Amino acid sequence: MTFVYGDNIDTDRIIAGKYTKTLDMNSLAEHVLEDLDPNFKTQVKQGDFLVGGENFGCGSSREQAPIALKLAGISVVIASSFARIFFRNSINIGLPVLEIKNHDIQSGDKIEVDLTYGEVRNLTKNKSYFSSSMPEVMIDILNEGGLANYLKKYGDYQL
Amino acid sequence: MQTITEKILSTHAGKKVYAGELSVVRVDGIMASDTTAPYAIKAFEAMGGVKLWDSEKCTFVIDHASPAPNERIANLHKFMRDFAVEQNIRLFDVGEGICHQLIVERDLVRPGQIFIGADSHTCTYGSLNAFATGVGSSDLAAVMLTGKIWLKVPETIKVIYTGILPKNIVAKDLILALEKILGIDGATYQTLEFHGEIVEKLSLASRMTMANMAIEMGAKAGIFTPIGLELPYAWTPTFADEGAKYIRIIEIDVTNLQSQIAFPNSPDNVHDVQKALGTPIQYAFIGTCTNGRLDDLHEVADILKNKNVATGVRLLIAPASKQVFIDAMNDGTAQILMQAGATFLPSGCGPCVGSHLGVPGDGETVISSGNRNFKGRMGNPNAQVYLSSPSIVAKSALKGVISNE
Repeated sequence: MTFVYGDNIDTDRIIAGKYTKTLDMNSLAEHVLEDLDPNFKTQVKQGDFLVGGENFGCGSSREQAPIALKLAGISVVIASSFARIFFRNSINIGLPVLEIKNHDIQSGDKIEVDLTYGEVRNLTKNKSYFSSSMPEVMIDILNEGGLANYLKKYGDYQL
Repeated sequence: MQTITEKILSTHAGKKVYAGELSVVRVDGIMASDTTAPYAIKAFEAMGGVKLWDSEKCTFVIDHASPAPNERIANLHKFMRDFAVEQNIRLFDVGEGICHQLIVERDLVRPGQIFIGADSHTCTYGSLNAFATGVGSSDLAAVMLTGKIWLKVPETIKVIYTGILPKNIVAKDLILALEKILGIDGATYQTLEFHGEIVEKLSLASRMTMANMAIEMGAKAGIFTPIGLELPYAWTPTFADEGAKYIRIIEIDVTNLQSQIAFPNSPDNVHDVQKALGTPIQYAFIGTCTNGRLDDLHEVADILKNKNVATGVRLLIAPASKQVFIDAMNDGTAQILMQAGATFLPSGCGPCVGSHLGVPGDGETVISSGNRNFKGRMGNPNAQVYLSSPSIVAKSALKGVISNE
């Protein structure tokens, strides 16, 4: 399933500040997006996609935001643009994020994602979109499953 | 020809770098709070980290839910303290203050440095002519391990404030006026570089208020000209070169600027305060890393002296640090405020981030001196939050409605 939201989805709406102070990761997923879409939690399944408009993830630096989405089952976040810290945090915890400018994905569209080529196929609209390129270091971090694994393997940045 | 950002990043990359390039830079200082440090510790351990690259350069602050409102958070704080003791990390415990106030107040960041904080408002230290940016816990953990971070050198927007500063117009109005122009993502991935005769005359506290809100326009950093910055030690200013490349130049003539206010539910929903006058409020809040300093408390005390907060309004004040509170007690400010009806909270972030110590009720309207008013920000998605300067918050607390008198 694909969940589609609008512009400027801030980190307070992804996971409110009052729920962020915990190391119990599953409790984050319990409250993810609860003010924005109270049905999300009950409908989301492992492997689902989340689609946003401009400036997805603006606001706080809380890494709990992408962690909550990932643990809830979201496999890829697609947006027209991302806030800087959210984008880095997502890659760092191993959640793929694709910036697709001017996409027209709507609620109910059936989509497929090919991460290798950064391609999103909209089966409902019968069209494809390609994501903006990412620095190689980010692709390497994502391929290792996140920054912790990357640095455990390499010990330092490989640029 | 380089911007201030390009110059500071170059000195830390060991080569000249320009906007758009990727660079690995050495970091002079790092900080994490009780929202981000526990995850950073876990990530540091997952990276195979045993010993910090330089514990002297690391600071932990317990400020976001401080003192602990429940046993879960009390245990998180304990987890931070234990790690800090084990690694010999400086830790500011409950009540010492808000991280960004403490880092500046305790002289833990200096001009020309690169500072990385696991909190989005780390951009505050650009007030000191330094490069400072917020990251998440994993990036912070990586600096704890390596002493370095990779950054894409940001492009810079030059912002020039000119004209004659009207009486009663303060730093918060200046930055909200910019927010209105740029919007919530108008500076994403970029640095805001502040210039002009108006900002050259601003105090460090006022510069902190403005640099603090750079992130509310998506910026990576908000850096001030060194001109007019007074510090109690010798330092080397970093100037932008004549002919440095800017992606955009914005000039703001402040001569006719009115007091500004951000309507719910976004910091860029900015209007002249006139548009909000008469809106009933139940809760007025003074504090935060944006506007909780001694200058701000003075601004509020000037308005509240020998007066009383309106019936039906609660005025809560959380000084930005214990030192701010001590100073406000020593000069009589705290007494004026309490006699007017204010309630003092321990120094920390609690109300602003919705952790505890002042959550609004359903349908209530808050006017706050803080930086963010996203839906649910102060802990209740059914409350409305307006953002303005300390003096507008104080005037509104007196009248029970948003007021500029």
